[in-house]
Amino acid sequence: MTETTTSKRSVPLWIQIFIWGLLVGLLALVGFGLNRASNPMAEVGKPVPNFDLVYYEGYEHNGVAEMKLSDLRGKVVLVNIWASWCKPCEQEAPELEQAWQLYKDSGDVVFVGVDYVDTPEGAFGYLKKFSITFPNAPDLESNISSILNRQMGVPETYLIDREGVLKQIKIGPFASVEEIQAFIASAE
Amino acid sequence: MKRLFEIRTLRVTFYVLLFIALAFATFTTAFAQDTTPTDDEVNAIAKQLYCPVCENTPLDVCPTEACRQWRELIRQQLAEGKTEEEIKQYFVANYGARVLSEPPRTGFNWLVYILPPVFILAGAFFLFRSFREWTKPRAVEAGTGAETEAGASVSEDDYIARLEEELKKRK
Repeated sequence: MTETTTSKRSVPLWIQIFIWGLLVGLLALVGFGLNRASNPMAEVGKPVPNFDLVYYEGYEHNGVAEMKLSDLRGKVVLVNIWASWCKPCEQEAPELEQAWQLYKDSGDVVFVGVDYVDTPEGAFGYLKKFSITFPNAPDLESNISSILNRQMGVPETYLIDREGVLKQIKIGPFASVEEIQAFIASAE
Repeated sequence: MKRLFEIRTLRVTFYVLLFIALAFATFTTAFAQDTTPTDDEVNAIAKQLYCPVCENTPLDVCPTEACRQWRELIRQQLAEGKTEEEIKQYFVANYGARVLSEPPRTGFNWLVYILPPVFILAGAFFLFRSFREWTKPRAVEAGTGAETEAGASVSEDDYIARLEEELKKRK
């Protein structure tokens, strides 16, 4: 009687070790990348990670062209993210400027406009069109909007209290100056 | 005499026409240098960039107002004499590396270029190896029915050893 069987040669040990090492290394890299991409981000009730601002020429804060968020510690900071191509942003632009006029002299509240993925020409056109006077800076490399964890699009407004803690987020445009005032009051 | 006059007139006419043709060509060239970059020139760069607002849409086909502004920005920078690389660098500096259709070949981005070919090669190697195993089954003669695979290998080795011994004797 003749019996035919198929012999199975196993994969050499060094190849097995190499493949498992490669997979573990790849998973570690993906984990590291995800961790780096998702951190740091602002959350309501927690301190906002620091970020840099390079203001547009003519829209500096107290004549200072570059500053960090931490430089504004001790003040209530309203960060409004906008873009010149964003139609809903136009709805709230006049109200924001009117509200700024109410607070600018107190020195207690600072408005910071952050221009999200925009062209300088479009940005300056928008600022002039709505006679904006409060400090404004471009969101270079989208760093600021990624730290503030931009959720839906533009406009979005973030309120940071005197201790640097994120108090509130407003998604979409403000309807009135009163709404902006109530928003700011929540940080007091 | 009259014929000579005609020939001269013809020659003068020829030179005048030649002068006008050359002058026109020169002015045309000068005019072409002054024109703003064409849509094709703008789109050649725009298609290497992606809209940062509506993701996964190349800038050359993106219909949004933001993309229209960026295409105009490319046109403006081309008119200023900036190179393709300089324009791409400007976009990266302002909007981040995510606007590039191809990630820059630095740091972790190298994985995007290295890993796919490595996995394809590794897959091809294992497929080749598996196919070879499947197409070459080892026939083992089971003498008593209780002979193991290892036993078969031993008997095979004995057979080869004896065969080699015989061959040596015949030399």
